[in-house]
Amino acid sequence: MKKQRPVNLDLNTIKFPPSAISSILHRVTGVAMFFALLFVIWAWAVSLGSEQGFNDVQAIMDGFIGKFVALGTVSALTYHILGGIRHGIMDMGYWEELESGNLSANIIIGIWIVLTLILGVALW
Amino acid sequence: MVTNQASMKRNGIQDWVSLRATALIIALYSFYIAFVFFTAPTLTYPIWQGIFASMFMKVFTFAALVSIMLHVRIGLWQVLTDYVKPAGLRAGIQYVLNLIAFAYVAVGLFVLWGV
Repeated sequence: MKKQRPVNLDLNTIKFPPSAISSILHRVTGVAMFFALLFVIWAWAVSLGSEQGFNDVQAIMDGFIGKFVALGTVSALTYHILGGIRHGIMDMGYWEELESGNLSANIIIGIWIVLTLILGVALW
Repeated sequence: MVTNQASMKRNGIQDWVSLRATALIIALYSFYIAFVFFTAPTLTYPIWQGIFASMFMKVFTFAALVSIMLHVRIGLWQVLTDYVKPAGLRAGIQYVLNLIAFAYVAVGLFVLWGV
């Protein structure tokens, strides 16, 4: 192997474009929700099973862990829906150019952060 | 038409349409649940059970769960084909994940049955 190959490890010069970040977030939130459903469906099933179960789940949801999981799950769902809407608009032929694609990615990431903050404040 | 081991009698167009059709149902269900949480008075057990006792809610919830199973089948396949290259390992992971997705639907069915 040649030793003198060009390398670019100056991390300040390497950056994902917003559209790439949006794509990765869509995947991460999707996979995260799949596993979050383990908790969501368990909590749903127990809370509907009996009054005792309902009270147990309510106690968990009032605690830090419950709120943290709820915030994470709803936040992931929020991003996934926003990303899905963006995909739907791209299916119709809009936001497919470099500039509009990156702009729409930045906008949904912005909306997502704002909605997550509002949700966090509402939960606590 | 190209036949590959991942298609299993599906094709790209079918996946494309299924992904969006199921996404619509899941999104509508999410909005409806959010609406229920925002408008419901302080949740008590009778109120919570009443929400899922109606036939409309049972059908909507079951449709959402089936949609999640189909959506996840396509979505997780898309992610796994990109990151897990050995075919056997990927098939194994997909087998387990799709089984979990089916379990979500089955649990949902029996819970709704009992409400």
